[in-house]
Amino acid sequence: MFKDSSLNTEKLVESKPGEERIKIVQKIALETQKLTKKFGGLIAVNNFDLKVNRGEISSLIGPNGAGKTTVFNVITGLYQGDGGKVIFKGEDLAGKKPHRIIAKGIARTFQNIRLFSNMTCLENVMAGQHCRSKEGTWSSIFRTSYQKKEESEIRKIAKRLLQRVGLWKFGDELAKNIAYGNQRMLEIARALASNPDLLILDEPSSGLNDKESEDLMKFLKSLLKENLTILLIEHHMNVVMGISDWVTVMDEGKKIAEGVPEDIYHNPLVIEAYLGKEEEEEEEI
Amino acid sequence: MKPNKNIILKNWPIFIVIIILSVSPFRMNNYWIDVFFFFGIYALLGLSLNIVLGEVGLFDLGHMGFMAIGAYTTAILNTHFGIPIIFLMPVSALAAAGFAWLVCSPIIHLRGDYLCIVTIGMGEIVRLTLINNPFGITGGPNGVFGIDFLSFGGPLVIDSSIESYFVIWIVVGLTILALINLQRSRIGRAWNCIREDEIAAESTGIDVRYYKLLAFVLGAGLAGIAGNIYASKLMIVSPESFSFIESCMLFCIVLIGGMGSIPGIIIGSAAVSLFPEIFRAFARYRMLIFGAAMVIMMVFRPGGIWPRKRGSVEFKSLLTKAGEDNV
Repeated sequence: MFKDSSLNTEKLVESKPGEERIKIVQKIALETQKLTKKFGGLIAVNNFDLKVNRGEISSLIGPNGAGKTTVFNVITGLYQGDGGKVIFKGEDLAGKKPHRIIAKGIARTFQNIRLFSNMTCLENVMAGQHCRSKEGTWSSIFRTSYQKKEESEIRKIAKRLLQRVGLWKFGDELAKNIAYGNQRMLEIARALASNPDLLILDEPSSGLNDKESEDLMKFLKSLLKENLTILLIEHHMNVVMGISDWVTVMDEGKKIAEGVPEDIYHNPLVIEAYLGKEEEEEEEI
Repeated sequence: MKPNKNIILKNWPIFIVIIILSVSPFRMNNYWIDVFFFFGIYALLGLSLNIVLGEVGLFDLGHMGFMAIGAYTTAILNTHFGIPIIFLMPVSALAAAGFAWLVCSPIIHLRGDYLCIVTIGMGEIVRLTLINNPFGITGGPNGVFGIDFLSFGGPLVIDSSIESYFVIWIVVGLTILALINLQRSRIGRAWNCIREDEIAAESTGIDVRYYKLLAFVLGAGLAGIAGNIYASKLMIVSPESFSFIESCMLFCIVLIGGMGSIPGIIIGSAAVSLFPEIFRAFARYRMLIFGAAMVIMMVFRPGGIWPRKRGSVEFKSLLTKAGEDNV
C-alpha cells in the first residue's frame, strides 16, 4: 500500500548530473540545512543540519530541552522556522503549511498523544487519509457514486491499518476510551493512513512498558520493508541503540554528534551532554 | 435511491415523526400551525448554526446576522424589483454565504471566546446598519414591508399557514438529508477533527482554515434560506427580529440538543419555540424557567439532550462485508 517514491528522485537525478551527487540524493530522504528557530531571545534550534537516510530508522536524541521537538515541529510545519531549509524529495518545505507537508509525504505523531478523542478509532484512521482523498462538499451532499466508492475505499484501508496495529477489535470504540499503549498505536496508524514516505515519531515509547515498547520497535522495523523511512525522537537510550541505523545527538539547539549507534554510545561529547562534566558535578556537591 | 422496506423498518422512529408532522397540521388551528412554522424556522436556523458550532466547535453568537442578510436580500430585491421569492431563495443563500466568506476570512484564525466576541460584534453591526437605513433601502427601524408570498408560478401560491408549514418542513427535511450525508463524508470528519484537536487535524492533512470557512459559508447560506422563507411568510422584515437574544437562542438550541446531533437540534428548537407557547400562562417567568432549565441541563446532561452517537454505521458496514474478521 505504500507507494513507490522513486519517481521524484529520478526527476531530481536527471536535473543534477554527476554520479556522486546521484548516490547521495538517492540515499537521503530528508535533509535540513542550517535550520534555525528562535523563541524571542532564545535560540531553540541553531543552524541544525539533519540527514535522514532512505529506508532506515534514524534517531534524534538529546537531553531535555535540547530542541528535538522544535526541530520536528519546524519540519512538519507547525512552527515557522527563522532560517534554513528542509529538503524533502528535492523540494524546500520550509514555511509550508502542515497540511501541505503531510500531502508531500511526511506524517508525524505527537509526544503527548493527540488523537481525536471523541471520535471512534476507525474514524481516526479514516481521518488520517484526508489528504489522499478528494471528494468535495457537493459530491458529499448528493452522495454521488464516485464519492461512495471513495468512502468505501477509505474505510477498507482504515480497517486494514487497524488490523495491522491490532486494534480492529476497538474499531467502534471512542479513541479516548482505549488504553494508553493502544492510543499510541492508533496515532501511528493514523499517521500511516496518509500513506507517507517518511514517518516522524516523537518519543513513541514514552509511557509504554518494556514489553509494549519492544513490540512497537518490532512493528517499526517491519514498516521499513514497505519503502518507509522513519525518524524518531527518543529518550530511552537503549531503545535508540537497539533499533536505529543512524543517530544524531543534539544539545542546546546544536548538533553535537552523529553516527552509527556504537560510535555515539562511546562519544565523550554525548556522555557529557547527558550526564554533565565530572567537575561540574563535584562543584554542585 | 429506491424505497427499501429495510430502511423503513430500521428507522421507524423517524418515519413516525414524519407521519405525525405531515398529518398534524390538518388537526390544528392556524395559531398552532404558525407556532409549528416558527419551530421549523428555528430548526433550520439551529441546523445551520450546528454546522458552525456543533460540527466545527466555532463559537458563533452572531448567526442572526446571516439570516438578516438573507431576509433583507429577499425583501429589498422583491419589493424594489419585483423578483419572485422563489428565485430569491438561492440569491439570499448566496448573499448570506458571500457575506460570511467576506467577514469571516480575516477572523477565522481566532479561537474560542475571541471568535465569539467578534461574531457578536458582526451580528450587532448588521442589525445597526439595517436600523440606520443605508442608501434608504432598508427602511430603518420600520423595516421593509409588502413582500410577496412564495409562489411556484400560476395558482400555486403559498399564502396560507398550512402551506408555509409544509414549505419550511420540506426545506428542513432536505437540509437534514444533506447534513447527514455531510456528517458521513470526509468533510464531516474533517470538521469534527478540527473540533477535537486543531493542531492534530492540521498535521493529519486537514486544511483547517478552509474547512472552518466552509462551515461558516454553508451555515450562513442555510440561515439565508431561512431568512428568505421567514420574509415571505411574514411579508415584513424589521431589524428587531434579528437581535442578539435570538442569536443566543440559536446557541442554546445547539447546546440543549447536543453539539453535532441532528435529532438533538430538532428537540432543542422545539424546546426554544414550542415550550414558551405551551406554558404561555407562565409567560412572566419564562426566562426564569428557561435559565433554570439550562443550568439543570448543563449539570446533568452536559452533552445535550440527545448527544450524537458516533461510529457503528461505518464499522458495521465493514463487518458484514467479511464476517470472519469479527475478532
